[in-house]
Amino acid sequence: MPRFTFSGGVHPFEGKELSKDKPITELKAGKVLVYPLSQHIGAPAVPVVEKGDRVLRGQKIAEAGGFVSAPVFSAVSGTVTAIEPRRVVTGDMVNSIIIENDGLDEEVNYNALMDWNLSTSEEIINAVKDAGIVGMGGAGFPTHVKLSPKDPSNISYVIANCAECEPYLTSDYRRMLEEPEKVVGGMKILLRLFDNAHGIIAIEENKPDCIALLKKLTHEDKRITVKGVYTKYPQGAERMLISATTGRKINSTMLPADAGCIVDNVDTLVAIYNAVVYGKPLMERIVTVTGDAVADPRNFKIPIGISYQEILDADGGFKTKPEKIICGGPMMGFSMFDLNAPSTKTSTALLAFTKDEVSASEPTACIKCGRCVDVCPGRVMPSHLADCAEHSDMEGFVKGGGMECCECGCCSFICPAKRPLTQSIKSMRKIELANRRKK
Amino acid sequence: MAEEKNVEKLYKISSNPHVRSKVTTSSIMLMVIIGLMPATGFGIFNFGIRAVFVVATCVASAVLTEFLSNLIFKKKQTIADLSAVVTGLLLALNLPVTIPLWMAALGSFFAIFVVKMLFGGIGQNFMNPALAARCFLLISFPTAMTAFETDAFTGATPLAALKAGEEINIQNMIIGKTAGTIGETSMISIVIGACFLILVGVIDLRVPASYLISFVVFIMIFGGHGADPGYIAAHLSGGGLMLGAFFMATDYTTRPITKWGQIFYGIFLGLLTGVFRLFGPGAEGVSYAIIIGNLIVPLIEKVTAPVPFGYTRKAFKAQQKGVK
Repeated sequence: MPRFTFSGGVHPFEGKELSKDKPITELKAGKVLVYPLSQHIGAPAVPVVEKGDRVLRGQKIAEAGGFVSAPVFSAVSGTVTAIEPRRVVTGDMVNSIIIENDGLDEEVNYNALMDWNLSTSEEIINAVKDAGIVGMGGAGFPTHVKLSPKDPSNISYVIANCAECEPYLTSDYRRMLEEPEKVVGGMKILLRLFDNAHGIIAIEENKPDCIALLKKLTHEDKRITVKGVYTKYPQGAERMLISATTGRKINSTMLPADAGCIVDNVDTLVAIYNAVVYGKPLMERIVTVTGDAVADPRNFKIPIGISYQEILDADGGFKTKPEKIICGGPMMGFSMFDLNAPSTKTSTALLAFTKDEVSASEPTACIKCGRCVDVCPGRVMPSHLADCAEHSDMEGFVKGGGMECCECGCCSFICPAKRPLTQSIKSMRKIELANRRKK
Repeated sequence: MAEEKNVEKLYKISSNPHVRSKVTTSSIMLMVIIGLMPATGFGIFNFGIRAVFVVATCVASAVLTEFLSNLIFKKKQTIADLSAVVTGLLLALNLPVTIPLWMAALGSFFAIFVVKMLFGGIGQNFMNPALAARCFLLISFPTAMTAFETDAFTGATPLAALKAGEEINIQNMIIGKTAGTIGETSMISIVIGACFLILVGVIDLRVPASYLISFVVFIMIFGGHGADPGYIAAHLSGGGLMLGAFFMATDYTTRPITKWGQIFYGIFLGLLTGVFRLFGPGAEGVSYAIIIGNLIVPLIEKVTAPVPFGYTRKAFKAQQKGVK
C-alpha cells in the first residue's frame, strides 16, 4: 500500500507516551486573567471594554480590528482592572486586557443558529467570525478568512489536520478520543459550506485508536474519508499535509484554497462546532503539560487567559528543576524565560525539560554532509541559505528559495555540526518580509 | 509576588527547534573509522606488521599537523572531531606497505596542512585531503609509491597485469590476497565496512552506485571484452576502485550535497575512471578521477539545486524575476 506522506522530514523522539493516556482535566480559572489583543495573525483586536467595567463569561472584550483579525472573549465573569502592555510567550510586550475573576461564573446568553443545515453559508461564516476562531494548531490564522475563498465551488477538499506531528503533544489526540463527534460535526459544517468538497480526516499512523474511532463514526458518510498518514515530522505542516493527502502541491505564495483545499486543525473544528451549534465563542482550549521535568504529565482544558504558572501549579509543579520551558511543541514552540505569561488561543502545550539540548551542543563548522538538504520538506538547501545569512547576502538568500522555508526546524534538528540553521533562515526571512512591507 | 525575578531563576531560551538529533560530526567520523577497520585489518594481515607502522605514522602525523596548525593559526582546537584520524587512516590505506615512513608523514602533513587547514579547516577543503596527498606523493616519489613488491607478493598489481594482458586470479583479487596499497586489495572487507556505514546512515548508495554502474557500462563498451564477467570483476576488485567509490567519493565535504548532484557526480567519476584506466598510460585512475571530480562539485551543485516545494523549475525562475 502506498503511504500518504511527503519527501524529507525527520523522526524526533516522540515522547507522547508521557501524557497520551491521561484524560482531559478541566482547569478552573485563577484570580487574574490576561488577554493579549494579538493572539492571531493579522490586525490586533480593539478593546470594547474599559477599566472598571464588569464583564460576563463569554462576553466579547475586544472586537476584530479588520477583516484579517479576530475578536477576544472573556472566559470568566469579573472586572476589567487594566488595559496595558504585558509580556507574552514570544517575549514581546503586547497590549492586553486584564480581568479580575469574581468567581461567580455568570455567563452571557449564547445565540445559537436555529439549525445550521438550513442556514446560509454567510450565516455560518459569520458565526465562526463572531466566535473569534483562529487556527488553533499554532499559527492562529483567522478561520473565517480561510472559509471565505473567492469561489467556494472550487474547493474540492476539506482537510482536518489531525496529524499532531509535533513530538510530546497529545492535546489533539485526547480531543479526538474524547469528543470525536464534535470533530466530525465540525467537518460536516465545513462540508456544508463547500458543496463540491470531499472531507479528509488525516491522522498520523501512530494514533491507530483515533483512526479506528473516526472511521467508525464516519463510515456511513460518503463525503468523509479518514486517512492514516505516515508518522513523520512535519506531516502536519499545511503544505505537506495537502500534498500527502491529495497530491496537490502549493508553494509559499499560495493559499490552500488556490489548490482547492481548506485545512483546519482538530481543535479548530471543535471550536467551529461549538460556535455554530451552541453559539459559544472561543474561550477554552486543550493544553498538554509534559516533559521530563514535570511531576505529572497530562492534558488540561484551560480557560484561555490564565497564566502558564497557574497551569503548572495545577499540575503539581516540577519533579526536577527544568533548564528549559517551551510553549508549544519542541520543534516549533517558543522557549520562555519565565512562566509568567498568559495562555492564548494558540497555546498547544507547556513543555519542561531537565536538560536543554540546544545550549548543551556547540555549533561547529559545516561538513557539507547534506543531511539538511535531504530532510528539508520545502526542498531548499538550508546550509546554503544559512551561509547567505552569515554574509547578509539577501539576493542569494531569496534566489536560493529562502522565502519558501516553513521554519519547521528539521535542518537544525538533523545537523551533526549543530548549526542553528533554522534560526539563521528565520531571521533572514523576517528582514526580507519587513523590507517588502516597506516598499 | 513571592518569586523575585533574578537571572539564575530564568529558564534558558533559544530559537526553535529545541531538540537535536544525537548524530554529531565526531560520531560520524567515528563510524567511518569503524567502517575502515575491516580493510585496515585485512591490510595488516596481508602485508604484515609494517602496515601497522605506516597506519600509525599517517594517523599520528595527521592529528599532530591539525593540532599544530590550530595552534599557529590561533584557532579553536578541532582534533576532537576525529576527521584528521579519518584522513590519516585513508591516506595510509592508499600507500604501499614499503613506503618510507617519512614519506607517509609528509603525505599526512600535505593532506592536513596544505589541503585542509590552509583552506579553512574541516568542511572548507575543495579536494579530498587523503587523495590529494596520495597524488602529491605519486608525482613526487613515483618509484617509492609504486613499489608493490614485498616478500609476500612479487610482480605487478593485478590491474597492471590485466592491462598488460597477463593471467590474473580473480578469487584472490576479491579476497584481497594480491599486491597493491595497504587498504585497497580486499574487495570483501571494503564492502563489509561500506555496508556498515550504509546501515548506520553515514553514507548512502547514490554516489557509489552511480559511480560503479557507469564505470562498468563504460568498460563494457570500450574495454574490448564486452560483458565478460571475469574482466568486469577484475576491474571492480582491482586497484583503488572499491575503496574510492565507498570511502573517498562519498567524502561529505568534497561531493555535491544535492541528491541529483550526487548521482551526476558518481557518473562523472565512473566515466573518468574508465577513461584513465583504459586509455591512460597507467593501470590506475581512481585517485585522479576523484580529485578532478572534486573540482567540478560547485558547478554540479549549482546546476542541480533542488526546486522548492510547490514549484516547477520554470515557475520558480519566473517567480524570482517577478520579485526583482
